[in-house]
Amino acid sequence: MTVEDLRELAEKELARQAEFKYRILYCSSAGCVSSGCDAVKIELKKTVAELELSKKCEIIGTGCLGLCGEGPLVIVYPDMTLYQHVDAGIARRIIEEHVGQGKKLKENELDLNDPFFATQKKIVLENMGKINAESIEEYIAADGYEALAKALTEMVPEEVIGEIRKAGLRGRGGAGYPTGLKWDIVRKGVSEQKYVVCNADEGDPGAFMDRSVLEGDPHRVLEGMAIAAYAVGANQGYIYVRAEYPLAIDRLRTAIKQAERLGLLGNRILESQFNFRIDIRIGAGAFVCGEETALLRSVMGRRGRPKVRPPYPSEKGLWDKPTVINNVETYANVAPIIRDGSAWFASIGTQKSPGTKVFAIAGNVKRPGLIEVPMGIPLRKIVFDIGGGTPEGTQFKAAQAGGPSGGCIPTEHLDIPVDYESLQTVGAMMGSGGMIVIDNTSNMVEVAKFFSEFCMDESCGKCVPCRVGTKHIHIMLDKIIKGEASESDFELLKELCVMVKETSLCGLGQSAPNGVLSTIRFFEEEYRAKLKKQDGKQSQQESSVIAAKEV
Amino acid sequence: MSVITFTINGEQYSAKEGDTILQVARDNNIPIPTLCYLEGLSTLGACRLCLVEIEGTPKLLPACTTKPTEGMVVKTDTDKLKRYRKMIVELLASEGNHQCAVCVMNGHCELQDLAYEVGLDHVRFPYLFPKKSLDATHKDFVMDRNRCVLCTRCVRVCHEVEAAHVWDIAGRGIDCEIIADLNQPWGTSPSCTSCGKCVNVCPTGALFEKGATIGEMEKERGFIKFIVNARKKHEWVRVAEEDE
Repeated sequence: MTVEDLRELAEKELARQAEFKYRILYCSSAGCVSSGCDAVKIELKKTVAELELSKKCEIIGTGCLGLCGEGPLVIVYPDMTLYQHVDAGIARRIIEEHVGQGKKLKENELDLNDPFFATQKKIVLENMGKINAESIEEYIAADGYEALAKALTEMVPEEVIGEIRKAGLRGRGGAGYPTGLKWDIVRKGVSEQKYVVCNADEGDPGAFMDRSVLEGDPHRVLEGMAIAAYAVGANQGYIYVRAEYPLAIDRLRTAIKQAERLGLLGNRILESQFNFRIDIRIGAGAFVCGEETALLRSVMGRRGRPKVRPPYPSEKGLWDKPTVINNVETYANVAPIIRDGSAWFASIGTQKSPGTKVFAIAGNVKRPGLIEVPMGIPLRKIVFDIGGGTPEGTQFKAAQAGGPSGGCIPTEHLDIPVDYESLQTVGAMMGSGGMIVIDNTSNMVEVAKFFSEFCMDESCGKCVPCRVGTKHIHIMLDKIIKGEASESDFELLKELCVMVKETSLCGLGQSAPNGVLSTIRFFEEEYRAKLKKQDGKQSQQESSVIAAKEV
Repeated sequence: MSVITFTINGEQYSAKEGDTILQVARDNNIPIPTLCYLEGLSTLGACRLCLVEIEGTPKLLPACTTKPTEGMVVKTDTDKLKRYRKMIVELLASEGNHQCAVCVMNGHCELQDLAYEVGLDHVRFPYLFPKKSLDATHKDFVMDRNRCVLCTRCVRVCHEVEAAHVWDIAGRGIDCEIIADLNQPWGTSPSCTSCGKCVNVCPTGALFEKGATIGEMEKERGFIKFIVNARKKHEWVRVAEEDE
């Protein structure tokens, strides 16, 4: 396939779509699958067949539409009508009334001018609700693989990296390392063999950004990886997906086959000299394999345990060769940057953190779901405008950003801009994009215990502070909750948390105590309320003993 | 060969290219405690005892894997490091079932030595008292997992020097255990050559010879370095030196 063939294919597909008066897209992501979109699909198709409307409208499964709590969702084009809580009966009425008679179903219609939609800015999720998640033709018709064609025909690898650097794209996996810089190190690495790896081992509780992207728009990730491979000079890529995402794995497999069939992956891509293959590796359920060095070991078929950095994977990665490893969302940002230019991308978000960030909002919030917002947006907007605030009768208490290893952001910091640096100033972190809203019905010590238990279970056991330290943190929190802990236990807990944070080998251990440390920072009174009551004399005695011990 | 000059605790030292901070420190009699490190085996950086402070680096780095760069300023004995080292030994002591008084290695144990070195006089954390198994199926040796500190020296020596790869790790986190082959009794392991290297590199009494009683087990660790040097550098004569 040549670049001309690609454009011809896009036009043919657009012409095919134009033949239908209505295009009805139902959300086929895991959220809506669990709320019953399969029945909706069957009913939609059945009704279309019954009423002989198959020439007039087509039924398509699309990516996540965002409002996961209101599913199953159906969107009708060309008039962009979004329906919520669709069941078989409503599905039938959509065909009969909306398609048949041109009458909208007012009671199920969602207002697209609602702040939930209006506050968002979609780059990574731009194709969600617009294209068929399983069709490469529809992706190509939506300017897909145009960026790869541009890179291969008009740009040398240095220019591709230059664009990514100028755009200021930073790793969306959480640490925020400049992507262009990473690619540049790999490109300069002297080796005949280099690799490109995609980290899709999303494991934070309540986070589903990467899953949604892979399920709804897999080609975007493949295209981003191919551009990265061209830029650094790699010919082999791996996508490491966790086994808990069967739908994402299915869609990726389909997408890779489709791209190979059209010559967009494999040898001599778009008739150029560039070869690139992508293979899938499936994780076996270890959270720590989201850590890059552990992930690479797992790809090589070894036990998923992190190793000391440096050397970083960009110097010595897979089989000791220079390796680019980025998160799903990072790769998803690559094609739009190359397509629309770095200046456009850099104009979105903040100066230090350009672009957008996808968040999965969950927890005590009225409208959980998948959102994409420009960087630097105040947290208040995410929680209240988009998420709709906490349920009736409760008050917002904190937002947990960055998964189990992130930190809690309390009410007084609600106006903090959401970007890499600002979140760190309050002891939280961007993380991969999980955002759990906590209201005043939850106790923060219990919250901390939940996250510490997660980190303890997921510790690989390689280094001592994380293996034994997380166990003791959990034991101590349990003791506090039972009301059996004393002041000195609390002090020891704090000391242990700081030590585990500073001495652990990998990111998991270094951030495992964050949940405890940040809840202590902002909600210390909730811990103190659970400590054993002592009269002044006793506690004084005890504290002098502690002081003696420390000397 | 280029020489790198850098500072440890305020004094200048020079290092050959490829040397680690730990090697330079050991050559110059600067004490840095280690547990998972053993000369001759690959470095792991897992016990975190050899962490050092490096100026300009926000994170503490293990001396056993970090190579000095020109002008690097390293500190090995700050109060913070001492406190953390003590706490790591404290965590190890609480993790296993370490009863020195009845242990075959009493007096020769590296964990015991470490406890003295960091000044560990008591343990503030609750003892976990894990119920770990003991494998005495091998004709010459015993593995008592209650005394294991998971340094993986046995795993590495078996894989890297003896090339048998009998040992590996099973489980995750606090439930990690050293297992023989596919978790079968050691005595039935077809891959074990009964060479005894694992027993000699083990820092504690987790691996010992049958028949040894309290305090009788002594281990020889320098031979690993000798074997590796012999193979790599063809130094066939063993220079007499103190065992580490």
